[in-house]
Amino acid sequence: MIGKIGRGFTRLRDGLRKTRNQLGDGVRSIVKGRSSFDEGMWEEIEELLLRSDTGAAVAEEIVDELRLASGRWGKPDAEQVFSQLRESIATRLGGEPVPLQLDGGEGPAVVLVIGVNGAGKTTSIGKLAARLSGEGKRVLVVAGDTYRMAAMEQLAVWADRADVPIVKGKEGADAAAVVWDGLEAGVRRGSDVILVDTAGRLHTKSGLMDELVKVRRVIEKRLPGAPHEVLLVLDGTTGQNAIQQARVFGESLGVTGLVLAKLDGTAKGGVVMAIRRELDVPVKLIGVGEKLEDLQDFDPAAFAEALAPSDATPSEAQE
Amino acid sequence: MFEDLSSRLEGVFKSLRGRGVLTEDNVREALREIRRALLEADVHYKVAKDFVKRVEERAVGQEVLKGIHPGQQVVKVVHDEMVQLLGGTVAEPNITGSPPVPVMVVGLQGSGKTTTCAKLANWLKKKGRRPYLVPADPYRPAARDQLIKLAQANGHAVYEGPEEDPVEICRRGMQEAVRAAADVVLLDTAGRLHVDDELMEELRQVRATVKPHEILLVVDGMIGQDSVNVAEQFREKLGFDGVVLTKMDGDARGGAALSIRHVTGVPIKFLGVGESADALEPFHPDRMASRILNMGDVLTLVERAQESVEEGEAEELQKKLRKNEFTLEDFRTQLRRLKKMGPLSQIMGMLPGVPKDALQEVEKDGGKSLTRVEAIISSMTPAERTKPSILDGSRRRRIARGSGTSVQEVNQLLKQFGDMRKMMKQMGRMKKGKGKGRGRFARFPGM
Repeated sequence: MIGKIGRGFTRLRDGLRKTRNQLGDGVRSIVKGRSSFDEGMWEEIEELLLRSDTGAAVAEEIVDELRLASGRWGKPDAEQVFSQLRESIATRLGGEPVPLQLDGGEGPAVVLVIGVNGAGKTTSIGKLAARLSGEGKRVLVVAGDTYRMAAMEQLAVWADRADVPIVKGKEGADAAAVVWDGLEAGVRRGSDVILVDTAGRLHTKSGLMDELVKVRRVIEKRLPGAPHEVLLVLDGTTGQNAIQQARVFGESLGVTGLVLAKLDGTAKGGVVMAIRRELDVPVKLIGVGEKLEDLQDFDPAAFAEALAPSDATPSEAQE
Repeated sequence: MFEDLSSRLEGVFKSLRGRGVLTEDNVREALREIRRALLEADVHYKVAKDFVKRVEERAVGQEVLKGIHPGQQVVKVVHDEMVQLLGGTVAEPNITGSPPVPVMVVGLQGSGKTTTCAKLANWLKKKGRRPYLVPADPYRPAARDQLIKLAQANGHAVYEGPEEDPVEICRRGMQEAVRAAADVVLLDTAGRLHVDDELMEELRQVRATVKPHEILLVVDGMIGQDSVNVAEQFREKLGFDGVVLTKMDGDARGGAALSIRHVTGVPIKFLGVGESADALEPFHPDRMASRILNMGDVLTLVERAQESVEEGEAEELQKKLRKNEFTLEDFRTQLRRLKKMGPLSQIMGMLPGVPKDALQEVEKDGGKSLTRVEAIISSMTPAERTKPSILDGSRRRRIARGSGTSVQEVNQLLKQFGDMRKMMKQMGRMKKGKGKGRGRFARFPGM
């Protein structure tokens, strides 16, 4: 495993530094100096988990697992507790990474990007465009957010940075029509991947959700088999509402993967476990920084490793 | 996924009825439910812990738990404590002083600063002020364009100088505001991570340059446990005087409000409740408490109803209801009023104990059935509306054609209307017997 992690892992680890320190150092300092497993200790560990937005249910379950395991241990040992904690976390994050499905067969692969306002859709598309373009793919971005003021200009700047073409409509234009034009252009140009931006909307607004369903239908109609990915972008600092967002967007639009944006610098990451507990939709990408290369494929094992490293001083051990 | 706290607590205490004795286990279980409700609402774990402790002190060992409805009583204690924590009264921003008064708007990326600035400008304008907007975010692509376009769309003056160093933009913006004879200047700063020292330093420089009377921290209403870190960092490194909680028109419970207020002591001043530039409301602690506990928001509902009903009209309507003179014409007026109050699902969401799936049903319908009913009534002649008994088959067919509905739908509406009148008649009788008052609402805290 260590072989395939490299610079990417370092960035991931740096991005999750806060959560990791919280978990790792936290558990050690809680367990240290205790001669027996008492209620106070379990409570403190539960709080530690809650702090990273695991939600009450996940936190309680993990503590129960620790409690159960503690029967075998005799007396508290920080490393034993920590290694069980890691295992509990790794199990919850899911097994193998699920890569983006970007094989469009004959035509281009279409990626529809959706989410609530301010989650980080446009920025994620910008980064993804740069990455795919860097891998030699012909990328086209479609500015499907015709609602928010200057949203198209924002995407245009990103398209420019990534050096990929963009299809825009007029502000206030019908989003579905702009997307249709975008697909036309993509087919004409022989694009490999078309990234479709959409206006942010709260999942509770049925009218706006219907509009998104229409965009999806238009894509299905123009390119049978598309969209190949429907990515829901979640703000990494969002709390338990993230589950509700994933659920409602999933029901209406058939979300194929999650993008967890803005995970850097915060004490987050736990919400991934909460979502996995409630829904069967994989996290595919995570944003761990502001640089173009900070949008990474989500690797459950690496994420668990970054959250709770097996070694106390992982930087020396791995590089 | 999230049950009403009242009913959960009722469940915990149910077994006690008739016995009247509480064991320590009962209490512990109740407190656990409360804590869980708070955590599910994204209240910071530490705040939840302190909070439960306080509720415990107040509730345990008191008469509260010996009453007939200990669950309800505990909920009331929880609600009261929460209102107090949330600040008790409504706090307004400080925008007095010699014009132009600078107001800095700060926050994390994507929290809604730019939109909030436009909303604040609208709010100020309604108060008779002359707002001036300054886009001071040269980092996010097209952030400046966004604010300028928003300002133009809403008729606000805006600084359109070159994109340069934010401190310089703000300094010049203030000068331009004087020229534009504005009296409040809203400075839309760049979003940043609270751990980004360089950008925080930049905010400090802006502060030192413009000397704002008010710094508003914009926080995403859906934020999780990090709310406290964000607020603490901004307070430590910059300081702020009020919080705007955005995206509160969704189904987030807004536990961040409680956490931030508790940890920093700074009041929440506004809520962002929609996409339109007018969707900004002053923050009411009591209503927020109900929301966090999933107890509905009857007060806002009543207020909205009041807003959409003109004075005297309500009395008139009551009289009609009592005398059973309520006509289809009146019914249509009420329908239109209901629509004005906002989406039906949102209104229902303010009622306590309305199940989620019922809300989703209504949400799906999106008020379409209401529109059909309105169309049917509008296709009637005034005479038909006051005296539905004259509606024979041919008239009904005409109405169905005119409203684009079917005769069945017309019949259904008339039957429902008939039933409604019958019910009103009965209610009218009941009311006379029992007398008026706010008794009905007495069980909702804060009423």
